[in-house]
Amino acid sequence: MNHLLLIIVPLAGAGIAAAWPNNRTRPWLLPVFGLAHVILAFWLFVNPPLVAPEDSFGFDPLARSVLPVVSLLFLICAAYGLSYLRIRSERPNRVFVALLLAILGLLSAGHQARHLGWLWITTEAVTLATVPLLHFNATPRAFEATWKYLLVGGTGIALSLLGSFCIGYASLRGGGVGNLTFAALTAQGTGLSRPWVLAAWVLVLVGYGTKMGLAPMHTWKPDAYGEAPSMVGAILAGGVTTVAFTAILRVRAVVGAAGEGPIADRTLLVIGLFSMLVAALFLLGTRDFKRMLAYSSVEHMGILSLGAALGGAGVAAALFHVWSNGLTKGSLFLSAGNIRRAAGSRSMDEVRGMSVLTPRSAAIFVTGMFAVTALPPFGPFFSELLVLRAAVASKQGVATAMFLGCLLLAFFGMTRVVFGIVDGRPRPSTRTNAKRFVETAGVIVPPLVLLGLSLWLGLFTPTILREAWLAAVAQLFPTP
Amino acid sequence: MSGGTLNLLIGLAMGLNLLALGSNRLPSLIRAMSVQGMLLGLMPLQLEAENLDWRIVLVVLATLIGKGVVIPHLLRRAMRAANIEREIQPFLGYVPSLLLGACGTVAAVAFAGVLPLLPEHAGSLLVPGAIASVLTGFILMIGRVKAISQVCGYLILENGIYLFGLLLIHSMPLLVESGILLDVTVGVFIIGIIVDRIQRAFDSLDTRKLTTLRE
Repeated sequence: MNHLLLIIVPLAGAGIAAAWPNNRTRPWLLPVFGLAHVILAFWLFVNPPLVAPEDSFGFDPLARSVLPVVSLLFLICAAYGLSYLRIRSERPNRVFVALLLAILGLLSAGHQARHLGWLWITTEAVTLATVPLLHFNATPRAFEATWKYLLVGGTGIALSLLGSFCIGYASLRGGGVGNLTFAALTAQGTGLSRPWVLAAWVLVLVGYGTKMGLAPMHTWKPDAYGEAPSMVGAILAGGVTTVAFTAILRVRAVVGAAGEGPIADRTLLVIGLFSMLVAALFLLGTRDFKRMLAYSSVEHMGILSLGAALGGAGVAAALFHVWSNGLTKGSLFLSAGNIRRAAGSRSMDEVRGMSVLTPRSAAIFVTGMFAVTALPPFGPFFSELLVLRAAVASKQGVATAMFLGCLLLAFFGMTRVVFGIVDGRPRPSTRTNAKRFVETAGVIVPPLVLLGLSLWLGLFTPTILREAWLAAVAQLFPTP
Repeated sequence: MSGGTLNLLIGLAMGLNLLALGSNRLPSLIRAMSVQGMLLGLMPLQLEAENLDWRIVLVVLATLIGKGVVIPHLLRRAMRAANIEREIQPFLGYVPSLLLGACGTVAAVAFAGVLPLLPEHAGSLLVPGAIASVLTGFILMIGRVKAISQVCGYLILENGIYLFGLLLIHSMPLLVESGILLDVTVGVFIIGIIVDRIQRAFDSLDTRKLTTLRE
């Protein structure tokens, strides 16, 4: 029953936020409910409940392996949101706060969905709930980003529904009785009709891949991440993409049970490497540091997809990477938000010398950039190393070489942009703008904590976490 | 089930696909889309004529009202607000899109023949109709520049998916179906608001002007 509280508590919070009369005190609901959610999630993490196979929602090993980090990321972003919404006190935040809490509840539902239909419904609901957050700034550029997000994301979500129908039909054709829980589908195994399973896999991969932001379905990402408030970007990059990734993993397990695992792995490998390559090339070209974060996110989704293609060890590495990427990317988004606010622009053509104007944010931004491009001893280094080891172990020579090459290109691209805005002498116009922005503890501590967590994750990966990832692998690849 | 009537309805829906592809006036595009939606909405009555219960009737009513009344109304309002009546220069001309749509329909029929179907679905046009509508939706979304046309394309794509869902209406929990309807309606509602906002921000519904964000 406790696992349902993870869904109900934030949704109740959303309801309260929608009814809360005061614009100034409303943002406090974010950390309050975020904290309750974190406590619940980690309590369940330490005391995992038993999940009955026929449950539609359950805190199963896969949910246990990633949901706590989403919860933690949300709490820290919520703490940042207090200061952010105080700075933006001129804008009404009723919809913003309510929808953020609703998204937390829906993400909890999506991660715990053990039923094909519910998985789709929650992902669709998350997509819709994100829309108003993207145009919180209400500029023409934000409308443009929202429109593209809706059209591309809506198509993706429609295709994943079609894919889910195909799985349903594969089950019917194989004599199923319409039970769409993943447990029942996996149990049906090779009884599923193969042509339909393959059709479903393609559609689901394209559909949920759009949500995740795998290339070539990533086109909404730079616009959305660029225009959305930074804390929304952090939650999108660390939470919403994760629910799509777990969706792909769950469907992958069904496809594997039907005997088409090798084909699924090959497509994941190709799409993962392609995403990394596309992201690396765009990273070399972009001049906008928030769009840079979006391309970096595309790159890391590619790493997740690559890891998922490499069997049990790869999936465990990918789940580790969900944690390390989510936390590190969060700190980058939040510090980038500070720099953006102080500089008044996002282009490296106009922004220079931010190490003088916002020294703390710039330091976090640079360190975060090194962390996310896999500098030891931060989390991403170790998770990417494990992906690399899984690739070498499964004798994927070309893939390994491409993986390393793309990481290197991405490193060049990101250092170019980051040092471009941090170094040098600030322009006079930037100077006057930056005077209005004060680096208070409220906007510095949250990204710093995220960065610290990323470091902690790399240095002292707790055994209980490793066990959680391996338990999720055991759920996805049951040994006969 | 009387397969003949059902196939006739699906055939009509496929014809409406071509009508949608060939029309350059937005009102006729919206009409084609909504008539198609209502045709599809009636199909569960036909499919489940023997064991009709209140849940199916509810789905039928929701589809009819949603696709036949609410959504077209929203779209027409957006159209009047933006003061546009027709697509002037689509990315993809009307004749090429029609040809593409016709080829797609033929290919859909051929492709559906390859897929293994349950015996009771073997002679029906449900699968080819679904594939053809999905393709039509894609052509409209890619080939048109006006936001309203793209929304219509999206709705035709959704119609195709709904058509496919009819294969599962017997066995899938109704939960999933009602969720879909809700999401579709809410989705378009939000799209409608956005269209409204885009119109205020850009003074036209021309998505070609949405090009500030690029590398």
